Amino acid sequence: MRNSFVRLGNITVVGLKSIARNKMRSLLTALGIVIGVACVIVSVAIGAGVAQSVSEMINSLGSNYIMIMPGTSTQSGARMFTGQSTLSEDDAEAIRREVPAVAYVSPNLRTAAQVVAGELNWSTSIQGVGIDWPNIRSWNVEDGSFFTEGDVRSGSKVAVLGKTVADSLFPNGGAAGSIIRIKNVPFRVTGVLEKKGGSMMGSDQDDVIVAPYTTVMKRLMGQNRFGMIIASAVSAEEVPNAMDQIDALLRQRHRIPQGGDADFMMRSQEEIAQANAQQVGLMRNLLLGIAIVSLFVGGIGIMNIMLVSVTERTREIGIRMAIGARGRHVLLQFLFEAVTLSVLGGLLGVLFGIGVAKLIEKAIKWPIVVSPEAIVVAFVVAATIGIFFGFYPARKASKLDPIDALRYE
Amino acid sequence: MAKPVIEIRELVKVYHLGEVDVRALDGVDLTVDEGEFVAIMGPSGSGKSTLMNIIGCLDRPTSGAYVLDGADVSQLSRDERAIIRNAKIGFVFQSFNLLARTSSIENVELPLLYGDFAGSRADRHQAALDSLHRVGLQGREANHPSQLSGGQQQRVAIARALVTNPAIVLADEPTGNLDSRTSIEIMGIFQDLNDDGKTIVLITHEPDIARHAKRIVHVRDGKIQEDEHNQQDRIERPGAAGSQPAARVSAG
Repeated sequence: MRNSFVRLGNITVVGLKSIARNKMRSLLTALGIVIGVACVIVSVAIGAGVAQSVSEMINSLGSNYIMIMPGTSTQSGARMFTGQSTLSEDDAEAIRREVPAVAYVSPNLRTAAQVVAGELNWSTSIQGVGIDWPNIRSWNVEDGSFFTEGDVRSGSKVAVLGKTVADSLFPNGGAAGSIIRIKNVPFRVTGVLEKKGGSMMGSDQDDVIVAPYTTVMKRLMGQNRFGMIIASAVSAEEVPNAMDQIDALLRQRHRIPQGGDADFMMRSQEEIAQANAQQVGLMRNLLLGIAIVSLFVGGIGIMNIMLVSVTERTREIGIRMAIGARGRHVLLQFLFEAVTLSVLGGLLGVLFGIGVAKLIEKAIKWPIVVSPEAIVVAFVVAATIGIFFGFYPARKASKLDPIDALRYE
Repeated sequence: MAKPVIEIRELVKVYHLGEVDVRALDGVDLTVDEGEFVAIMGPSGSGKSTLMNIIGCLDRPTSGAYVLDGADVSQLSRDERAIIRNAKIGFVFQSFNLLARTSSIENVELPLLYGDFAGSRADRHQAALDSLHRVGLQGREANHPSQLSGGQQQRVAIARALVTNPAIVLADEPTGNLDSRTSIEIMGIFQDLNDDGKTIVLITHEPDIARHAKRIVHVRDGKIQEDEHNQQDRIERPGAAGSQPAARVSAG
């Protein structure tokens, strides 16, 4: 018993030496496995990261968040997307007044602009909102104050800076009370928002300027174009209710008959998170597909190189058989070589995959969670591929006739 | 009376080449005793290679008996023959047949990996070292075959053949790829091994090589044509006891 164990150990030594003797070829052979395993690691890491961040996002935005976006309008049966938004200030006002399940409502317009403060300038996104906005986003002002209802009504040139913008334009502090110029229009900074961090899709949520929507419409966008409406329900349980009520109200206001296509779209926070997750999930599945193809191709690569190796080393096999190697010794040697190649490839793939995952995390700020389970799975898959694709060449080697093999040139 | 190591009776080997049957061996009887040094000679196509393959347990006879070291090996399976080759036969080939890119010591250790060698790694290493010393290759343990001369490579091969302490050393044209001076060196090693009691079977077609053996068997058309005792041509070796250069140094 002990003896056969020792012999098995000897065979593995034989196989390892053979791989060490052909380093470059071994590396190239294992490349398919490396890429495949790396894809497995990355895709699983992305999947796990997304699952984690979906719940984080719901928590960070508040689960009662509802977004109402302008859609296509239908005129005389033809569906068209007009330049004009199908939503209006009055819609927002009506929702505030008439939907009991809604606690807060705010218009929400977005534009981008270059912002200048003294010598410094910064390019950022400008959000035009109402005074309910801090409540809807549960996002408070940490320094100074938010603008007032009066500011909104009169379209005052006031703004609240996100943390990133404040730090960039006023590196020495003192943002609140200063004057900045947005598209050459001077704005007074009333406050700075508390830090929120990156969003699920990787953008920096603090890279933003918030101003009254009336001001943004008139002064910055230069047109009476309305954006979307954001709202929050009185509680998480009331979200479906609130959405139904908003839907009914807007249909009535826009004179859309029962069963007709609405000219607006509504998403709850949960739906947005799910949609994002779906998008990322699609990406993950794509990677997983690449992984499977790559592992398969990698396996065929191993089979191919092992077949070449068996032919190339026919004489070696003959020598080994002449001095006493049995069929199973040769079989095990080549099988072991194939498995070692694929497992080494798997190891490199895990390292490579973790590297790529970290890179993705840094570069496009996707959340990544590398799990130990994924590493184990990748290893098992790699070893299985080695056995599966290495068996045929190994069997072929073990069936060689020693006399013919010795004579092989 | 020495005990027989090889006993072959009525050995027949028939190859089927398409429709034609070729009788490569046609009733061979041969007995080799322990401690003999036999050269098997014959032109190509005489059947000597077939005989060598059967003696070396690489092939099976069609009919007839072959008893090697007391065991009937004529009808063994592939794996059983591999075990016999490992334990009882030390092969030396014309083209050395060492593993490339593998050190001398590892080449010599190789048969021990496949056999019943019970010792540890260190024991294996020591056995291989001893074997290399026996063929006069000290200090070349780490060299790969490509870093060795032909004669040195053949010495490594002989060391590999000896490491399992086999019943016979089976040398197939061992000097075929060597120049005449190196050939004589190699034959000297075989003579030394034979002096130590090793049974050696040499297959060659060169009379110049065969004359170093003690007995010459001529094979022709699958039969043994002649089996003669040979007045062995002894090779004077510089390393042998009589002509020690050290003696001269101390005299001078």
